[in-house]
Amino acid sequence: METVRIYIMGKEYSVPAGLTVMKAMEYAGYKFIRGAGCRAGFCGACGTVYRKEDEYKLRFAVACQKLVEDGMYLVQLPFAPAPRASYDLEKIRPSDNVLLKFYPEIARCVACNTCTKSCPQEIQVMDYIQAALRGDIRRVAELSFDCIQCGLCSMRCPADIKHYHVAQLARRLYGKYLAPKAEHLAQRVAEIEQGKFNAELDRLTRMERKELTKLYEARQIEEGVGV
Amino acid sequence: MSIALTTSTSMSTSGYPDSMRELIAKVEATRPERLKSSPPRMSAEEREKLLREWHPDYKAGTKRPLSIGPSKGELVPHEVADLLEAYPLISPEEVDLSQIDYDVDVLVIGGGGAGTVAALWAYYEGLPPERILIATKLRWGDSNSIMAQGGIQAADRPEDSPAIHYLDIIGGGHYANKPELVRALASDGPMIIKWHESLGVMYDKNPDGSFVEKHGGGTSRMRMHSAKDYTGMEIMRALRDEARNIGIPVVEFAPAVELLMDDLGQVAGAVLFNLETGQYLVVRAKATVLATGGFGRLHIQGFPTTNHYGATADGLVLAYRVGAKLRDMDAVQYHPTGVAYPEALVGQLVTEKVRGMGAMPVNRHGEAFVYPLEPRDVESAALIRECYGRGNGVETPTGMRGVWLDSPMIEELQGAGAIKRELAAMWRMFNRFGIDMTKEPILVFPTLHYQNGGVEIDEHGWTGVPGLFAGGEVEGGVHGKNRLMGNSLLDYNVFGRRAGIAAARHAKGKGAKLGKLTLDHIVAYSRMLEEAGVSNDRKAPLLLPEYRGERALARSLKIRL
Repeated sequence: METVRIYIMGKEYSVPAGLTVMKAMEYAGYKFIRGAGCRAGFCGACGTVYRKEDEYKLRFAVACQKLVEDGMYLVQLPFAPAPRASYDLEKIRPSDNVLLKFYPEIARCVACNTCTKSCPQEIQVMDYIQAALRGDIRRVAELSFDCIQCGLCSMRCPADIKHYHVAQLARRLYGKYLAPKAEHLAQRVAEIEQGKFNAELDRLTRMERKELTKLYEARQIEEGVGV
Repeated sequence: MSIALTTSTSMSTSGYPDSMRELIAKVEATRPERLKSSPPRMSAEEREKLLREWHPDYKAGTKRPLSIGPSKGELVPHEVADLLEAYPLISPEEVDLSQIDYDVDVLVIGGGGAGTVAALWAYYEGLPPERILIATKLRWGDSNSIMAQGGIQAADRPEDSPAIHYLDIIGGGHYANKPELVRALASDGPMIIKWHESLGVMYDKNPDGSFVEKHGGGTSRMRMHSAKDYTGMEIMRALRDEARNIGIPVVEFAPAVELLMDDLGQVAGAVLFNLETGQYLVVRAKATVLATGGFGRLHIQGFPTTNHYGATADGLVLAYRVGAKLRDMDAVQYHPTGVAYPEALVGQLVTEKVRGMGAMPVNRHGEAFVYPLEPRDVESAALIRECYGRGNGVETPTGMRGVWLDSPMIEELQGAGAIKRELAAMWRMFNRFGIDMTKEPILVFPTLHYQNGGVEIDEHGWTGVPGLFAGGEVEGGVHGKNRLMGNSLLDYNVFGRRAGIAAARHAKGKGAKLGKLTLDHIVAYSRMLEEAGVSNDRKAPLLLPEYRGERALARSLKIRL
């Protein structure tokens, strides 16, 4: 079995190669309470900072999506204390200065790009903060969309910006106010409220299995992608 | 458990080994022909036969009837029976019920999608935020809900209807579903999407505002709404943000280890356990919503799982001890396409949207062998048969078998760039391990994905036990014996909402008076276990799965600090 040496909070362990950082820590004997969530790269619970033996710089990853490497010094930062603004989405509007109003510290951005370099999702974090400064909500929403809110960007920022909270507000403003509304949806909701489908649903909920089966097997499948 | 717990293997850290690259050439050779046509859908008879012969649910010796409790005699997987036929973690004399730490109207147990939705609708129903409490085992949002990729169903296009959706749900579930729950799921769908739109959820839309909607396995209309392949994450982020704005209190890393009852026979809150300090907390609540999710981390039949770290069936255990009935627990959902290579990702989800966008399962000879979008149980059985019945699987360096999912077809069918645009999470995941799925196929095998059954509820999310409601994966009856893609995100919204509303109404109701708090029910339950001859070395709920290495465990000492 090929093994690698890793250092968990400075202590050396020998673990099998080919494991993720998360599984390697478990192999070494750690039982996670914090620092493990979805285990598939979506929840942001396992933000990890590491350095290689022969390197001066810090690197960043999520522990469940990163393979161990020989000579890796690592520590998990599963919690990022980052205050967020409180707002009532119904009462605010996607104006040019709304992001700046709730998060004035974005004006302190010195464009050092440390946030971008620390993002395990490789999001252009600094670019969306610059877009936020310009009031370009749509751009912030698009650039930040893949954010898993692990908070590593905000832990590193010399200007103490809470990037992922800024982006959350931008996405909700975009989704609510800037994206065009779905007319067919509003129409369908109205039809359901008017009881348009009640008779048909009444009939189906009372239907015997045999008749249901016949209907199911005979149903028309709409032509479309994947079919 | 061998598949899930493999930790002793080593392999190359990037891309495919040569042995697999040679087989990829065969996939490339047949691709032009396969782009023109796919195998046909199976007939009802073919589906039934395939399921009987190859679906893990039909494997002999994997289940047993429950020996005690309200669903005594019902067949459940051994892994579930082991937890239901187990003794409590705490005893009444350890817990001082006269000291109440949280006194609320509605306690929501679980901080995933269902729990968050239930809390929001309890608030919309008129409860002040401080009269609600969310208790969760991990962080708020660390859940299966946040991992869902492919989409959420709702019948909102003119060529679709709730009745057509109804038929897809109940046929996919093999007609075992509870009709009134199916009706609620199908009818509430469009309203839920409209609610999300008002919360600012960024669904994929066309320039005119209409939703981009696609097929999923077993759908007869294109009604899969998505947000790239981060659909679950996008919905969960918005819901949690909204609940944070409202100021609903949340206590994290504090799972419920037991429900409380009162001397009137009602559920009256829970005992929480602070995972970090080891202390207990007593919550008294006029109504309790169970939103604890499913059982993926039990690794039924040794399968790997797509599920989050905390999916250990705690809610089933707690509900069963207060007298709630379970249903359809014999049916387990294996998602057809879990990662089979690389080893580090084994079991993680490859969203059904990959097939929805045109990728086809292909065997080691480069042959298509199944219609790509059968209902999940059928598709999974076909993949298992191909690997273990017909010997047409691809073997990985660690001995795992899988079939190709020909992802480059997506770029051919939908244009270059479609994968990075609409399957960003999938592309990122494989790319981190040196595989470019726009150019090379990916290797997949079924993985444990969803608890089809659960705690029986009515259409209001009531469990039949006074004061106890449930929403999301923990409940059963909605999906019968097999859930369709996109109906779990919908389920947690529809029944999280209904349970939240019902709980708030119950708490505000005239009759909502609590008696004296008690844990007598766990004493009675333990007595039943003793009478059934169950030895007391098994304890439940499980709370967290055990993944520590064998060597580390063998040397662990139980010294208290």
